[in-house]
Amino acid sequence: MTTDKKIVFQARGLVKRYGHVTAIDHTDFDLYAGEVLAIIGDNGAGKSSLIKALSGALVPDEGEITLDGKPIHFKSPMDARALGIETVYQNLAVSPSLDIADNMFLGRERRVPGILGSVFRMLDKKGMHDEAKAKLAELGLLTIQNINQAVETLSGGQRQGVAVARAAAFARHVVIMDEPTAALGVKESRRVLNLINDVRAKGLPVILISHNMPHVFEVADRIHIHRLGKRIAIVKPDTHTMSEAVAIMTGALNPEDHPAGAYAA
Amino acid sequence: MTTPQNAKVQTADHEKVANAAGGDFATFQGAQVSLADRLHQFFHQYPVAAPTIVLLAAIALFSSIIGGRFLDPFNLSLILQQVTIIGVLGIAQTLIILTAGIDLSVGAVMVLTSVIMGRMAVEVGLPSGLALCIGLIAGGVTGWINGLLVTRFRLPPFIVTLGTWNIFFALNLWYSQSETIRSQEIEAAAPLLHWTGTAIDIFGARLTYGSLLMLGLFVVIWYALKWTAWGKHVYATGDDPDSAKLAGIRTERVLMSVYVVAGVLCAIAAWVLIGRIGSVSPQAGMMANLDSITAVVIGGTSLFGGRGSIFGTLMGALVVGVFRNGLALAGVDVLWQEFTVGALIIVAVGVDQWIRKV
Ligand SMILES: Nc1ncnc2c1ncn2[C@@H]1O[C@H](COP(=O)(O)OP(=O)(O)OP(=O)(O)O)[C@@H](O)[C@H]1O
Ligand SMILES: [Mg+2]
Repeated sequence: MTTDKKIVFQARGLVKRYGHVTAIDHTDFDLYAGEVLAIIGDNGAGKSSLIKALSGALVPDEGEITLDGKPIHFKSPMDARALGIETVYQNLAVSPSLDIADNMFLGRERRVPGILGSVFRMLDKKGMHDEAKAKLAELGLLTIQNINQAVETLSGGQRQGVAVARAAAFARHVVIMDEPTAALGVKESRRVLNLINDVRAKGLPVILISHNMPHVFEVADRIHIHRLGKRIAIVKPDTHTMSEAVAIMTGALNPEDHPAGAYAA
Repeated sequence: MTTPQNAKVQTADHEKVANAAGGDFATFQGAQVSLADRLHQFFHQYPVAAPTIVLLAAIALFSSIIGGRFLDPFNLSLILQQVTIIGVLGIAQTLIILTAGIDLSVGAVMVLTSVIMGRMAVEVGLPSGLALCIGLIAGGVTGWINGLLVTRFRLPPFIVTLGTWNIFFALNLWYSQSETIRSQEIEAAAPLLHWTGTAIDIFGARLTYGSLLMLGLFVVIWYALKWTAWGKHVYATGDDPDSAKLAGIRTERVLMSVYVVAGVLCAIAAWVLIGRIGSVSPQAGMMANLDSITAVVIGGTSLFGGRGSIFGTLMGALVVGVFRNGLALAGVDVLWQEFTVGALIIVAVGVDQWIRKV
């Protein structure tokens, strides 16, 4: 395994309960510097809950999270963002009635310089729109006719593009993507995969949740397999096949019985 | 078993086909759009457009039926005076409704704070500026109470403000001892409270400072909604609070600020009320609640939150004012005025449903 690399993001013994449901059940988590870590698991396995705990969207009941070795206690997504962790949530977290640029800068709006900005709090709309446009173009994610278009007038895939672009554009530390290609077409998915490779090339680690095994096996350095609220195995695309990964994920195969590499092609 | 390498080959294959098809992904150009679609898009993008058209149509209608008497500058400025209180309350109501809430307590807060201003100045004998400030603060406190119940205790705004409506109204009756403070007493002790009723005459029109204050407030809140981060956060919170929270907005704080601002606006409406009727009466403004909601709804702001414009509410208030005034001048019975306003509300909500569809 990638033992020579530095651990960026780590969790130990995380627990989150919703009433009788235990969404996260004493799980561990490790993310190494500069890697793409895929998280796979059945529906309801607790993948989204895990990354929500890592991005401040939920506060775990138990357990520890460290970032660069320092313990952190996120109370809101704002706290995670302040440390450069950007997340594409499964529900996208966009505001339909606001336009594309507004959405990209939501919660981190820029104000115009001078007294207009400091006293009258005037937004630098033009600056934000230009930058949003530039970022979208740079990522090759969207061809924008009108950056002032409300997000609700976009298709599901286009909205996903906006959410992905927002995360990729502002991340300085970690990028988390919860099923970023779920609504995307073939070409669009390809762009997101390329984007993930670009982000890794910049040296930022990526956490990718996906049900699409070919995608996972193509871009991931390591694969974290989640089952019934916890991590049950870590495999690598070059030591395990998709079928094995799926078998572990669904419980058909016990990872303990089959040490890494046993089924390597 | 499929090997990973194998999978990659397959992936690449079907992607090649897609890429070969060429063309840019996600171009935002619609193909052929029908006139109805384009209208729909227009109204969707500019929520103030629909009520403005209705207002212009109403003005055209009444000037053709009644003629000069309706279009007389004095009459038009009278309409503006008549809608001033509802206009100010409507600003407060718009902010709340934009967050997908509703405020049934605006009328009660207005009356309560008017009584506080009046009694502080006349009975306690405080300087009128101070009495006014105390009233404004009291308005903010009522908003804070509403906001606290909505955010901290997670009660639905409808229920919260239904409760506080009764509570504030009871407090008002208790504090005022159900007594009216007469206009002469106010004039003698606190002329500042009458300032909003003072008028300037230009070109035969009679503009009160209260009306100008209302227009100023519309501009200020329009600016805050359109040009500040706070405004974006108000829309985002009303649109989808969970998404807004994930996007890093402290929705609770946004809601709280909206309720406090609304409370202060209700107190400003109280000041306008005193200027308009001269006296301070614990029974004034009984219908103000529903009228403010009417103005917002006719103004095209969606009761589901996140959609609407502040100037729409001004148009909505003016539409109601123009219909009431025009029908009265035409000699139509009051009951048909109410009938018309009722019909307008239903049409406005119907139009909103259509516009909200994307
Ligand atoms: N807010 C909530 N309230 C109650 N239960 C919840 C909540 N969020 C998640 N759960 C429960 O926690 C469990 C894990 O959900 P989670 O969304 O993390 O799964 P997932 O692995 O992301 O699934 P999917 O692949 O379908 O996205 C589920 O049983 C779900 O019902
Ligand atoms: Mg999920």
